[in-house]
Amino acid sequence: MSTATRSLPRTIGAHAILLTYTVIALFPVILVIMNSFKSRAGIFSEPLTPPTPKTFDLIGYTTVIGQGDFIHYFQNSLVVTVASLFFVLLFGAMAAFALSEYRFRGNTLMGLYLALGIMIPIRLGTVAILQLMVASGLVNTLTALILVYTAQGLPLAVFILSEFMKQVSDDLKNAGRIDGLSEYTIFFRLVLPLVRPSMATVAVFTMIPIWNDLWFPLILAPSEETKTVTLGAQLFLGQFVTNWNAILAALSLAIMPVLILYVIFSRQLIRGITSGAVK
Amino acid sequence: MAAETRPKRPFRWHIGIFLAPALLVYTAIMILPLAGTLQLSLFRNIEQHQVFVGFENFRTLFGDPNWSVNFWNALRNNVWFFIIHMLVQNPIGVMLAALLSSPRLRFAAFYRTAIFVPTILSFVIVGFAWKLILSPLWGVAPHLMDLVGLKSFFTPWLGKEQYALTALSLISVWQFIGIPMMLIYAALLSIPEEVIEAAECDGITGMSQFWKIKLPLILPSIGIISILTFVGNFNAFDLIYTAQGALAGPNYSTDILGTFLYRAFFGFQLQVGDPNMGAAIATMMFLIILGGVCVYLFLVQTRLRRYQF
Repeated sequence: MSTATRSLPRTIGAHAILLTYTVIALFPVILVIMNSFKSRAGIFSEPLTPPTPKTFDLIGYTTVIGQGDFIHYFQNSLVVTVASLFFVLLFGAMAAFALSEYRFRGNTLMGLYLALGIMIPIRLGTVAILQLMVASGLVNTLTALILVYTAQGLPLAVFILSEFMKQVSDDLKNAGRIDGLSEYTIFFRLVLPLVRPSMATVAVFTMIPIWNDLWFPLILAPSEETKTVTLGAQLFLGQFVTNWNAILAALSLAIMPVLILYVIFSRQLIRGITSGAVK
Repeated sequence: MAAETRPKRPFRWHIGIFLAPALLVYTAIMILPLAGTLQLSLFRNIEQHQVFVGFENFRTLFGDPNWSVNFWNALRNNVWFFIIHMLVQNPIGVMLAALLSSPRLRFAAFYRTAIFVPTILSFVIVGFAWKLILSPLWGVAPHLMDLVGLKSFFTPWLGKEQYALTALSLISVWQFIGIPMMLIYAALLSIPEEVIEAAECDGITGMSQFWKIKLPLILPSIGIISILTFVGNFNAFDLIYTAQGALAGPNYSTDILGTFLYRAFFGFQLQVGDPNMGAAIATMMFLIILGGVCVYLFLVQTRLRRYQF
């Protein structure tokens, strides 16, 4: 703790750089949200000022809610994300437990096989995935998306969770065995509650790419019934290129749920990343 | 070994049951389709039948100018896309992380949270928001540049062939800078206090402490970030599709392998979609990514290990 590392000019310099970058990071987001509450004239005449009583207008939001079926898209995204997340966490934790708890022939090989998917993106298999979904009649169903995202999320989930499961005390598990608990009870009653924090980390890592994905909804489930909010927003924005009010409102509607969730969970997320899960 | 000391142990069904669901989904939805795609690249649809044609599709891809020009263009663009990320995203990410990890920095949590915001947004939002900002119609970008006296430098970057790809790469950098920042930040926090104290006792502080002590210690994390960037970049699609459409305009100047694959697979305008050519392109992407991962695993990681604790 020398004083040299905390000298005043250095601190001011650090704050200046960080503040500048914070502005760069937040400016586009704030700009879009701010202007979504303005009239068309307000958007163009004074784009950089917050809405005043003179320029305030909700016309964009009324257009979006009247035109696009965003509530429905939102439900689809929610169903897909929550279901995939559930399966990734359940199956991932089970496999991680098997790999970290038991010694059996092929254990390492199995770990490597599952880790393959961390580096090789599932997208490269799209051609055959589409054929598979066509063959099984799952095109344009949310099930197809849930299956794909479950497969996509599993490798990283198994990898991270097995690291954490190795840290669960053996004494505890053996005490459970002596008391006659089955392996399943040990897993669900003893181990799962103990790794809950790392489950949250995995959940966040899995959730963001699923919610934001455009590729698979575009290819596997582009029908009106199954559109996710990302795909819906993309198509809506494509149609309303000239209606700036509607575009800005649609963008803000897409930003806000994620942003609110992020602000609530950011502490958890950052603790997850910095706890060494993905070092 | 353990099994021999307890020879009569019954077959442990529960291991299989714990592993089965994950293995089943992963194998059926990820590994088999991946293998299937590689296999499809060796077939061609002739009169409604899949016929084995060996490397014909690859010969078309590299030999037929209609395909090869597009392929090399996409690959070149993709390499440039990656270079920009490596040169801009990762150094800035490391710098931000180094500043954030300085002891007793106030508002560190706020900066961290704010700088990570773009990373959680979807490509659709990012692509469109930047399209609006850079649009000459709205005039936000020229207006801002006017404030610092650079208005004459403004051009509609996304619409000009020579700038569009760089502009999109920088937008992508803007979006993903949070990831290198967080990973490096985590690595910097995990450096043992004693190492830093020892350095300070020897009078190494500030900048030289960063270059001489911390940087060598976080090299493994920089290696991981590089390979993550590589895989992510050569697999990118969404941002280009959102901002420039599947044709990756203007005049294919922002075409990367992901958009090229999409057009080949689904067809676009006059061109009919061809799953087999799509599979051939996906196979090339697979080989490129595999190559990168192997370079990382066998060359970079084995060397970096030495620096780890």
